[in-house]
Amino acid sequence: MNKVISKHYYSENVVSLEIEAPRIAKARRAGHFVMVRVGNTGERIPLTISTANVERGTITLVVQKVGVSSRKITELEVGDEVTDLVGPLGQATHVENFGTILACGGGVGVAPLLPIVEELKKAGNKVISVIAARSKDLIILEDQIRQHSDEVIVMTDDGSYGKKGLITEGMEEVINREKIDQAVIIGPGIMMKFAALTTKKHNIPSIASLNTIMVDGTGMCGACRVTVGGKTRFVCVDGPEFDAHEVDFDEMLMRLSGYREDEIKADEQYLCVSKNKGKA
Amino acid sequence: MNNSEYLKQERAAAWRDDLRKAKKNKERTSLARVKMPEAPPMERARSYVEVNSGLTPEQAINEASRCIDCANPTCISGCPVEINIPKFVKNIERGEFLEAAKVLKETNALPAVCGRVCPQEKQCEANCFYQLKLSTEPVAIGYLERFAADFEQQSGKISIPEVAHSNGIKVAVIGSGPAGLAFAGDMAKLGYEVVILEALHEIGGVLKYGIPEFRLPNSIVDVEIESLRKMGVKFETNFIVGKTATIDDLREEGFKGFFVGSGAGLPRFMNIPGENLVGVLSSNEYLTRINLMGASSQGMDTPVVRGKKVAVIGGGNTAMDSVRTALRLGAEKVSIIYRRSLEEMPARVEEVKHAQEEGVEFLTLNNPVEYIGDDKGKVKQIRVQRMELGEPDSSGRRSPVAVDGSEYIIDADTVVVSVGVSPNPILPQSLPQLKVSRWGTIEVDPDTLQSSIPDIFAGGDIVRGGATVILAMGDGRKAAASMHQYLTNQTKK
Ligand SMILES: Cc1cc2nc3c(=O)[nH]c(=O)nc-3n(C[C@H](O)[C@H](O)[C@H](O)COP(=O)(O)OP(=O)(O)OC[C@H]3O[C@@H](n4cnc5c(N)ncnc54)[C@H](O)[C@@H]3O)c2cc1C
Ligand code: SF4
Ligand code: FES
Repeated sequence: MNKVISKHYYSENVVSLEIEAPRIAKARRAGHFVMVRVGNTGERIPLTISTANVERGTITLVVQKVGVSSRKITELEVGDEVTDLVGPLGQATHVENFGTILACGGGVGVAPLLPIVEELKKAGNKVISVIAARSKDLIILEDQIRQHSDEVIVMTDDGSYGKKGLITEGMEEVINREKIDQAVIIGPGIMMKFAALTTKKHNIPSIASLNTIMVDGTGMCGACRVTVGGKTRFVCVDGPEFDAHEVDFDEMLMRLSGYREDEIKADEQYLCVSKNKGKA
Repeated sequence: MNNSEYLKQERAAAWRDDLRKAKKNKERTSLARVKMPEAPPMERARSYVEVNSGLTPEQAINEASRCIDCANPTCISGCPVEINIPKFVKNIERGEFLEAAKVLKETNALPAVCGRVCPQEKQCEANCFYQLKLSTEPVAIGYLERFAADFEQQSGKISIPEVAHSNGIKVAVIGSGPAGLAFAGDMAKLGYEVVILEALHEIGGVLKYGIPEFRLPNSIVDVEIESLRKMGVKFETNFIVGKTATIDDLREEGFKGFFVGSGAGLPRFMNIPGENLVGVLSSNEYLTRINLMGASSQGMDTPVVRGKKVAVIGGGNTAMDSVRTALRLGAEKVSIIYRRSLEEMPARVEEVKHAQEEGVEFLTLNNPVEYIGDDKGKVKQIRVQRMELGEPDSSGRRSPVAVDGSEYIIDADTVVVSVGVSPNPILPQSLPQLKVSRWGTIEVDPDTLQSSIPDIFAGGDIVRGGATVILAMGDGRKAAASMHQYLTNQTKK
């Protein structure tokens, strides 16, 4: 069960894993995620299903090393078993022919953006994608996004690839030259906050896919709660996609920082242990 | 033979008669109720050892001899699954501990669990002759139940129930809490091929992720799960029915009947200002991090907040478990904030007593109205309002009323909200034809526990809302009997 079938590095820190999970492959829709745990000491973390192959009975996850848990996942090799994998979770993306779509992906947010772009394109939309990252080596899945987009703009903070500037600058460029019917925004919290402000300024309906802290992913704990339109919602069951203009991003960012100190400590400890193991 | 005839016949057994004659009732009633041996409060409050260490055989025999083996054993009517209480107690008195365990298992699939977590003071013990007629402390039926069940577990002579020859009929159980486990056991006995599908990566439901180790060690639950495995029950974890596969998918795979025991796992919040501050979390999150994810042990990746001043909102078992967990995580000051008084607390009396002994502060007749955060969005204070009890409401409980102008501020760096749970909606949402109440519980026929969809039965918290282990277990058994009936009729057709 849940064997790693293939592994691909997009960069040193971004890995794509194809994992055996026939039931999930069959049931999943764009926008769904899974909870993953590696090893008996592992933590459960949410990861968006990037693509799935029903015939092969596999799903593909794209993972960026950010903490101890994502690191453990990226260290899985072909043939390894994922200890626990459960899903598909969350509400699927609402897909229809809106007209012209502005798809905005920041950093590793491009991974969950890919299946949405794919579905929206299939539904007949014109898709313009803006993908952004700090620098060239953090731009992922560009070719795959291109395959399903009518146009792709790449932005890097340091100008090492594509255009120099923030994602919002790339978005403004598109918005200023053509009518956008719907925007999709996925990425780090701070990027989503400003991307949402940009589309709000231009009255473009927008959805954002949120990546909060989760424990179970099934609505059981409330760790993932956010305020949307003044109401508390659970990202794992009510989301992960919400009206980007209604999300209280400041609260979300604050809540994301809640366990940051622990996470840095855990990662340092883990690195120490694995280094020592390497020595022995 | 109806139940009372059966009880009479059992009571008339020669050994029971001899025991009754062996001691005068006066002698029996003059004995004092046994005190449960406990780990000392200050020691246990910093560790996860089980608080109650269990009766010794001598203590158990002595306590069992207090029972006068009433002609009309009122205790039984207080037990939701009608354990033949005098029969198991008298078996303890005569030293037949394994026999006593067998009597428990006639009706209770999880006696080692129930002996620890049942609210006996509201059930069997509330209806004991001692309590009703003598107004003294009842026979410690719960302690004795635990004693017999533990004795059996430790003896290595666990009787694995006989399983009928396989009838080849597949049935699926959704959720592995006490309702699902009890259902599975009975269906396996009848020869069904039983598969339990569980959303989490552990089997046991609340028994594992909710109730802490110091009250119900996981190893106790694991023994029961192991017995089911030996009876041929199959378990599949990481399987969310309604997401991973639908009931329709499972029907296609050949499952003929479904029992939904998916529990009431959704935490409620109070919707007061500041509830989403960092450091304010549900008891489910708090307990899950510790009990399911092991966050308090070395080397586990899952973190948990370790507050110095922890306030827990609520007065149920979940609140007591949370507040005592906070102590064990090293908190310096821990408080319960509850809007009614001590008498109305729904928690087991023993848990309240243990919490008090361990140094938990009880702010009863108090209610939080706002959480106040620091500049980083982390909770630092609670605005609390004093309450008084008004007229009794429809449930007979006196409802709390806020005292005007009584608000004050207390410090807290962690707040655990434990004000109740709602039914888990994942499965009902995947079945639009399924009848649910406006609270989200599944509607069932009270006698058969059959839902509005004929091949789906349901029980436990998903039907009752947050209830108890024993009621969930009883539902599982009842549903097994009626599903068996239903499937037998189906195959006859
Ligand atoms: C902290 C705490 C302390 C408690 N203390 C006591 C006590 O002392 N005494 C007492 O009598 N009661 C106590 N209770 C209440 C008692 O635990 C519950 O009433 C009882 O566990 C309900 O059993 P259940 O089988 O209905 O559901 P649960 O034990 O809740 O189990 C349901 C299971 O179903 C799974 N599930 C849900 N949806 C799906 C799905 N779609 N597919 C697959 N699996 C699914 C869940 O993950 C869960 O494991 C306590 C509860 C809590 C939370
Ligand atoms: S009511 Fe009390 S004394 Fe009478 S049979 Fe039951 S446990 Fe024994
Ligand atoms: S992750 Fe637990 S409720 Fe959403």
